[in-house]
Amino acid sequence: MTIHLSILLFAPLAFAAIGAVLPHRLAPVAGLIGTLVSAFFGIALLFGFDASQPGLQYVTDDQWITALGIRYKLGVDGLSVWLVGLTTVVFAASALWILVRPVPRARGFVFLMAVAEAAVLGAFCAQDLGLFVLCFDLMLVPFLFLMLGWGGPRRRPATIKMMVYTLVGSLLMLAAAVATAVLSADDAGGSLTFVLSDLGKVTLSTGTQRLIFVAFALAFLIKMPAFLLQGWMPDAYGQMPLPALAVFSAVLSKVAAYGFLRIVLPLFPDATVDFQAIIQILSVVGIVYGSAMAFTQTNLRLILGYSSLAQLSFITLGIFSLQPQGVQGAILQAVTHGLVVAPLFFVVALVAERADGSEDVRHLGGMAVRGPVMATLFVVLAFATLAIPGSANFAGEFYVLLGTFKDSVALACVAFLGVVMASVYMLRAYIRTVHNRVGHEVHGSELSLRDAAVLVPLVAAVLAFGLYPQGALSAGEQSVTGAASTLARVNAAGANGAEAQVTP
Amino acid sequence: MIDLVLAQASAAKAPQIDWAAISPLVALAAGAVVVLMLGLARSRVARTVVVPGATVVAFLAAIGLCVWQWGEAPTSVVSGALRVDDLSLGLTVLICAGGIGAVAMSVGSVTTEDAGHGEYHALLLASAMGMVVLAGAEDLVALFLGFELLSIPLYVLCASEMRRATSLESGLKYLIVGSVGSAVLLYGLALIYGATGTTGYHAIDAAIEVSGFSSDVLLLTGVGLAMTGLAFKASVAPFHQWTPDVYEGAPTAITGFMAVATKAAAFGVILRLFDVALISTATTWAPIMAALATITIIVGNVGALGQSSVKRMLAYSSVAQAGYLLAGVVVTTQLGISATAFYLAAYLLMNVAAFAVLAARERELGHGEGDTLTALNGLGAQRPVLGWSISIAMLALAGFPATAGFFGKIYLIQASVDNGYAWLAVVIVLGSAMSLAYYLRVISAVWAGGEDRDATSVRATTPSGQPVMAGGAPEADEAPAARSVLATRDGDEPGEAGRRAPAAGLGHPLAVGTALVCTLATVGFGLFPQPLFDVAQDAGRAFASLL
Repeated sequence: MTIHLSILLFAPLAFAAIGAVLPHRLAPVAGLIGTLVSAFFGIALLFGFDASQPGLQYVTDDQWITALGIRYKLGVDGLSVWLVGLTTVVFAASALWILVRPVPRARGFVFLMAVAEAAVLGAFCAQDLGLFVLCFDLMLVPFLFLMLGWGGPRRRPATIKMMVYTLVGSLLMLAAAVATAVLSADDAGGSLTFVLSDLGKVTLSTGTQRLIFVAFALAFLIKMPAFLLQGWMPDAYGQMPLPALAVFSAVLSKVAAYGFLRIVLPLFPDATVDFQAIIQILSVVGIVYGSAMAFTQTNLRLILGYSSLAQLSFITLGIFSLQPQGVQGAILQAVTHGLVVAPLFFVVALVAERADGSEDVRHLGGMAVRGPVMATLFVVLAFATLAIPGSANFAGEFYVLLGTFKDSVALACVAFLGVVMASVYMLRAYIRTVHNRVGHEVHGSELSLRDAAVLVPLVAAVLAFGLYPQGALSAGEQSVTGAASTLARVNAAGANGAEAQVTP
Repeated sequence: MIDLVLAQASAAKAPQIDWAAISPLVALAAGAVVVLMLGLARSRVARTVVVPGATVVAFLAAIGLCVWQWGEAPTSVVSGALRVDDLSLGLTVLICAGGIGAVAMSVGSVTTEDAGHGEYHALLLASAMGMVVLAGAEDLVALFLGFELLSIPLYVLCASEMRRATSLESGLKYLIVGSVGSAVLLYGLALIYGATGTTGYHAIDAAIEVSGFSSDVLLLTGVGLAMTGLAFKASVAPFHQWTPDVYEGAPTAITGFMAVATKAAAFGVILRLFDVALISTATTWAPIMAALATITIIVGNVGALGQSSVKRMLAYSSVAQAGYLLAGVVVTTQLGISATAFYLAAYLLMNVAAFAVLAARERELGHGEGDTLTALNGLGAQRPVLGWSISIAMLALAGFPATAGFFGKIYLIQASVDNGYAWLAVVIVLGSAMSLAYYLRVISAVWAGGEDRDATSVRATTPSGQPVMAGGAPEADEAPAARSVLATRDGDEPGEAGRRAPAAGLGHPLAVGTALVCTLATVGFGLFPQPLFDVAQDAGRAFASLL
């Protein structure tokens, strides 16, 4: 079956555009159809993907901006195919959520979500640096309007903070991307091109690589967010409307992690090796810090926010172990975290609805009494987050730690702490929400059918994925080996250089 | 005696004039005369509808004539005073497009009533003519002629709302500062002439190269003074101080015209003077200009941060944008010229969109109120078209993707990196990052404005009990802004504001339409920029001597 990635990208946008001229009541239906089309293709992509083959599949390659050498080149490989699937599924779930729980002025909301989906999918599929940067920056725009139009009461400062933080990184990345293309063209003597496969043929000088690496890393680490760069996160997580926050946390942060794999590692191998230790330490501290903060927060959104910070640090740690297992684990972890965190935010919405809008665990409690099904679904998600054996998160964290262990035993030991702490904060959040005495404001009730329609499929997907994580792992294998081979070469060169220095 | 005079007269050859090449200028000049005459008509329809219509026709004719000559081999006309090449033609198109935008914004406004319809539009055309001369000037005399022809009508236009003190103040300030700029420029040009003995650009270049004058103090002083004079006009820091005051006081349509068209003309002349006449002294002036660009970017962006008037904010933003544009001059490559031309085109679209929204808002709220940040509160919910237009314009100015501004920035960055000015690219990027703070304030006012009052209260609970997902109650925010509109509409505010209540009729829809068209073009060129790139590349080839 041939799948055009363009259809995947633009189907939601097309349907949302139709929805924009329909009445507010019907717009979510159009939005849902669009995301379902996209999700159908996304899942078909997973089944149609030939894991044994390295390199790109389903390639689209067209002229776009010849003056700048930017091409409209899309394609997926083992690094991105599961993330593409995750994105389409999470957006479809979010669209369903908007349908069953209508938001005010739905046309705008649906349209902005569709723009976000197109941009995220574009970033995952882009095989051209210019296109990637464009999509990476474009992702933020819909969330700017979503937050301003539908956010919480303190949305204005929160929005500006988030945008300024993330865009400082993005703009630096823009300059770095242009510099990469221009300098590569200078080195190779060819014409200007942004196509990744062409850029990969040229290796820039180490000094240049370092500068460009810093710009890219800053953009990605802010977007995740990583430790030290998380200043925008608490406010933004607190004020974003939940259906948007679910996809924001589930997929946008993954684009940043994916950016490391797709762009930084292959294009700037020397700099990657140079900065490996710094990023690893940052990640390990991030794991501990995120977990500790998640334990001290009382707002459910922020617990999840800081937990995401810790999980993203895990992913970064895996990537920068520069070991095939670590990278594979990172991809798996990215997919599973996205799959788990999206329904968790939906659970937060359900919980808040039963507690007069409060998301503070101190006001909650005892929801299991009236809503055992909801509590059960919650516990599945909570256990998946804390990476209980049997969940796909377990496999992901295991691989990440395995890769790190091979690289550095000390770092792996500290990172293990994060696994332990995850169970502490997740169980605390779960127990204080669902067990304990019934909170004052809580008027618990069972999950309604329409809410179940959103939540149950996602939880089922989490469970299914836990039973069979092999798909994502094997899909990533070939590409990871490909990506890691450049690094292996650099490592070997470094080792040889060291030996050469020692020998005489 | 008479014989002698006749003999001399026949000996003096009139300059060869290629009428086809200067036809855009002719169209504008003829338009100015016709419009001035039409403005004398007694019929009100003739003055309020036909005059703006004729002005637009003149601008369109000039654009058409430029398109007609597009791609032809560059020629020097009028004894080498003017150059007709793709760069000057492209800038002419931009200037005329800015003129059309200004006309569309000013139809039925207080400005044209106060100034007289014929005069207002004739001055607009004359000023555009000066800009066109400036964009093509290849001779110091033509440069100065164009410079004055541009400036003098603009001084008047700024003060054309004669019954509003701020408008008069704006005109006076512009007159004084502009005159100082002109004087400095003239002095500089005189020194350049003194050093090289010629006024033609190519002759100057040849003289500098032959005599090795490139480190001559007289010449360099002249270059410095000329740069200063042009910097006044292009609002390059530290010669930008007039910009916020003049932009704020001038009628919005004129501010928009000044922001886009003057900038295009000023950068046209800077490109041509420095990249043709003074190219062999580039090693001296390029570092200084790079420093100026850096200062301009910083000053503009920092200045814009604290502004509560949107027009002042846009004034400082235009200062910052001038800094980005200077980078295209500094690199002295064809790529730099293409990038500058591209950015000027993108800048025109996004700025006209922003000013058109302000103009439309002024019609709704009265002058002086439509301009503040609070006047934009809740615009997104009330007037979605205006809300989206100004939001997209702001995003484009900040350089967001899927807008023309994004590729403009990419192109400038590419030009900078390509010629070894990577640090300037970083300055551009950091400046853009800083600019987000004030552009986003506008967007947040448009979509979430008027809410700060309940920021301290606990998250409100809607009756349905799901505030978390639904967010704040947007309906509540619309109320205050809507009330103020009604108050103005009722006309029960006394005095000036009452008199300046929205003019009914064609004006408002035209301003909204202008905003919409420019916004769509901004997004359109943001998704499919290739046509604009082709044009910019043609323009870049104008200076064959450059790489």
